[in-house]
Amino acid sequence: MRDNYAVIGKSVPKIDGRVKVTGQAKYTGDLKFPNMLVGKILTSPHPHARILHIDTTEAERLPGVKAVITHKDVPPLKYGISPARWDENIFCIDKVRFVGDKVAAVAAVDDETVYKALKLIKVDYEVLPAVFDPIEAMAEGAPQIHDEYPRNINTEIHQHFGDVEKAFAQAYHVRTDRFVGQRTYQSPIEPHSAISMWEGGKLTVYTSTQSPHYFQYYIARQFGLPMGDVRVVKTFVGGGFGGKLEPTGLEFAGAVLSRLTGRPVKMFYDRHEMFAHNRGRHRQIMEITSGVDRDGKILGVHANFIMDGGAYTSLGIATAYYAGAMLTLTYDFANYKFDMIRVYTNLPACGAQRGHGAPQPRYAFECHLDMVAQDLGIDPLEMRLRNARKPNTITPNQFKINSCELEECIQQARRLSGWDAKKGKLPRGRGIGIAVGSFVSGAGYPIYRTNLPHAAAIIKVHEDGSAATLYTGATDIGQGSDTVLCQMAAEAMGFVYERMKIVAADTETTPHDFGAYASRQTLMSGAAVKQAGEEVKKQLLAMAGEMMQVAPEELDCREGVIFVKGRPEVNITFGEAAREFFVRKGPLIGRGAYTPPTLGGTFRGAAVGTSPAYSFAAQISEVEVDEETGEIQVKEVWDVHDCGTVINPALLHGQVHGALYMGMGESVWEEVLFDASGRILNPNLAEYRLPTALDMPKITSALVDSFEPAGPWGVKEVGEGATIPTMGCYANAIYDAMGIRVYSLPLTYEKVWRALREKRNADFSQNRQMAEAVPATPDEAARGDGR
Amino acid sequence: MTTMQAITDQNGVKRYMVNLVVNGDHRTVVVKANTLLVNVLRDHLDLTGTKKGCELGDCGSCTVLLNGKPVNSCLVLAVEADGQEIVTIEGLVQQGDTLDPLQEAFIDHAAVQCGYCTPGMILSAKALLAKNPSPTEQEVREAIAGNLCRCTGYVNVVKAVMVAAKRLQEGRGADHEG
Repeated sequence: MRDNYAVIGKSVPKIDGRVKVTGQAKYTGDLKFPNMLVGKILTSPHPHARILHIDTTEAERLPGVKAVITHKDVPPLKYGISPARWDENIFCIDKVRFVGDKVAAVAAVDDETVYKALKLIKVDYEVLPAVFDPIEAMAEGAPQIHDEYPRNINTEIHQHFGDVEKAFAQAYHVRTDRFVGQRTYQSPIEPHSAISMWEGGKLTVYTSTQSPHYFQYYIARQFGLPMGDVRVVKTFVGGGFGGKLEPTGLEFAGAVLSRLTGRPVKMFYDRHEMFAHNRGRHRQIMEITSGVDRDGKILGVHANFIMDGGAYTSLGIATAYYAGAMLTLTYDFANYKFDMIRVYTNLPACGAQRGHGAPQPRYAFECHLDMVAQDLGIDPLEMRLRNARKPNTITPNQFKINSCELEECIQQARRLSGWDAKKGKLPRGRGIGIAVGSFVSGAGYPIYRTNLPHAAAIIKVHEDGSAATLYTGATDIGQGSDTVLCQMAAEAMGFVYERMKIVAADTETTPHDFGAYASRQTLMSGAAVKQAGEEVKKQLLAMAGEMMQVAPEELDCREGVIFVKGRPEVNITFGEAAREFFVRKGPLIGRGAYTPPTLGGTFRGAAVGTSPAYSFAAQISEVEVDEETGEIQVKEVWDVHDCGTVINPALLHGQVHGALYMGMGESVWEEVLFDASGRILNPNLAEYRLPTALDMPKITSALVDSFEPAGPWGVKEVGEGATIPTMGCYANAIYDAMGIRVYSLPLTYEKVWRALREKRNADFSQNRQMAEAVPATPDEAARGDGR
Repeated sequence: MTTMQAITDQNGVKRYMVNLVVNGDHRTVVVKANTLLVNVLRDHLDLTGTKKGCELGDCGSCTVLLNGKPVNSCLVLAVEADGQEIVTIEGLVQQGDTLDPLQEAFIDHAAVQCGYCTPGMILSAKALLAKNPSPTEQEVREAIAGNLCRCTGYVNVVKAVMVAAKRLQEGRGADHEG
């Protein structure tokens, strides 16, 4: 029955493909409204300074300026996407905390006037000492960034499951390694923008968002409005990757400017401002210790991490928990200890980026595991097979795993890549490496505490039965949820994809959904859509039964045809029955909602990382390293995923390609760099080094057969999972090629070159010592610097 | 090049009358010397299919064809484009609603995700195929190396361009035979 689907499982073209290739798709920045003003935010030039005085009079006097606002004009209420730590104001009140912190805003008739006006706002600052490193920030006497947080500690996590010390005591081998990640930025190609307008006491915001719901919730809260008086409408979104999940400041400032002027206000960030606003990936300092038995079976793991959070919390509390929580998914071990400190610094705030918290720890763990395997003389792939998680198990931190085909992912990646023929057998300078990963299919709990369902959907069949429209709060940011959910709706109703329409992500016209994050929509929004579709089908079959004088139980509907089971020649069309339904009973509507089951343990932080289902993946990559320059060329990558039932194979593989691309950029090139005064050195896509088409290796994306009982039709996540193993996978391949280990991200050519030089020097002096002790033959001396 | 007509406003700011041929239509705009072509297309002519991603010439979202050559329209002054022919993504759809083979191939091969880089990507590919009808994969990658995409890893984009090239070649062959 599983492969007997009419609509799902097929690579139908994207529902918005045509509007996107023709330039008809409108993104927020493309919209114009009559009488619209342009707005911009003035930001701080200092990383840490007290605001003594703000003088806006000259800016206000500039012809064409319609409003200038500072903290005095906006609600003083603190906000933040994490309710655990609301620590941001719309505009800074007493002091600024990073270069780019928000100070004031202007609305004017055009761009040029806005920029001129920003320069006319005079802010007197008393510059304060700043701190940019999390370890320095925790030291006694370091500059205090938020008064409420001594030693700049934003959050501390200490979790212990089982008994790690005992496990280490019993272990055959215990090893500790330390790794450092880097700051990266989502870098969607479309910059943030928002258009706000007040009309008749109601605020409408058109915006580039991953979650209209969270925007609506936080905007309403900030201005003390009922949620019904705030309408958030998603336009087409030019990529999010986590950076568009929380309000950016543009929505708050725009709302106030619009209320003051009575006109629509379009606010936007330029590329530099995007980097300054940030909310990208945290830089983590990661120490991992594990104890294994003689066969390489992991007995216990201790993850001891510190993360640089930047100046505010953003989604960082969840990030901090995720960093450790997700390490238990892939390998089966009983004892686990996780310590984490998230530290404030005077740098832009970090948040959630594809893989949320997990990719850097995964890099650390996968490198560490390779080194443990090396210590024991076990093949790294074999090491992973021996420890791979099995289906229907529970992690030490109480995550329930249903489907899990990790072993098969590893085995298939092994076959596809030719691992057995290559490992240890490639010529010098070439290497092969493996890493695995896992990710949630939606978070078990929403970002703020509420008992609202996580997803909801309505399907309305058109009066003449010629089409059906899906209304969903699910948010398509390019990943293709509109397409996949329409396929699901058609499948559930017994209808056809080609006749599906969609209205999505508009808080006024579509039912609530939390949006695009934590890889949640195919499973969660999909479950709501399936229910709505089935409700339509049930009503339709009842109507058809009346029309055909057959009991509804004897009918089925497939691809727009209602027929008697076993006698398909006795049929009427979906359209005929739907039209008759409308004539006799009014609108034909189906409704659905999804709430996940109660998940997880009862310890502090137990909610983060819970999910109805988890995806699994294995990646193998083959690299070539230039010994002279340290240049790394990734020749080929194989990703094998366990993502449950596939709704749209073409879109699914596209997600893997994109996730891998992001992981690859972070592995080798991408890093946000700062000067000594906290200013970004590379706030543009070229110097940040977003990989181009010329930088990408050959990618093979493959799947294993899998069915997830917790997901509609057996689905689970794919969008973020493929980012997670990549960095560790490359690092391990580089080790295999050259025998060098780079302990920090990105694995730049320079770092590789330096590690190679160090190794040469070490080998050289070792050889000399050996030569002095025992005269070597010329042959042996020549081989001395080999691996 | 003919001298552009200019007018000076009461503040002494000079504006130039620029004549462009955009997607085959003669259009006239009055702009300052520093007005960018991308802003003329988007703001004056409402051709918002041309996107802005960086305004630094890094991302390629604003790629248009200037006399057949792909350019970052954020790096071209409107006055420089006076008298020139410009094709934007809106100009690619032929009579009625027939898509360009590149547009078809992008849809068929899932080369579009968020779609923000897509117009620029398609126009860079269009320029490539005009001068090199049967490019190698490496040549396709070189041609789109100035168009950054954060969604696709370029895998399906490259595939789509290769397929479009093949279809165009076959189409030409068929025309000859027909």
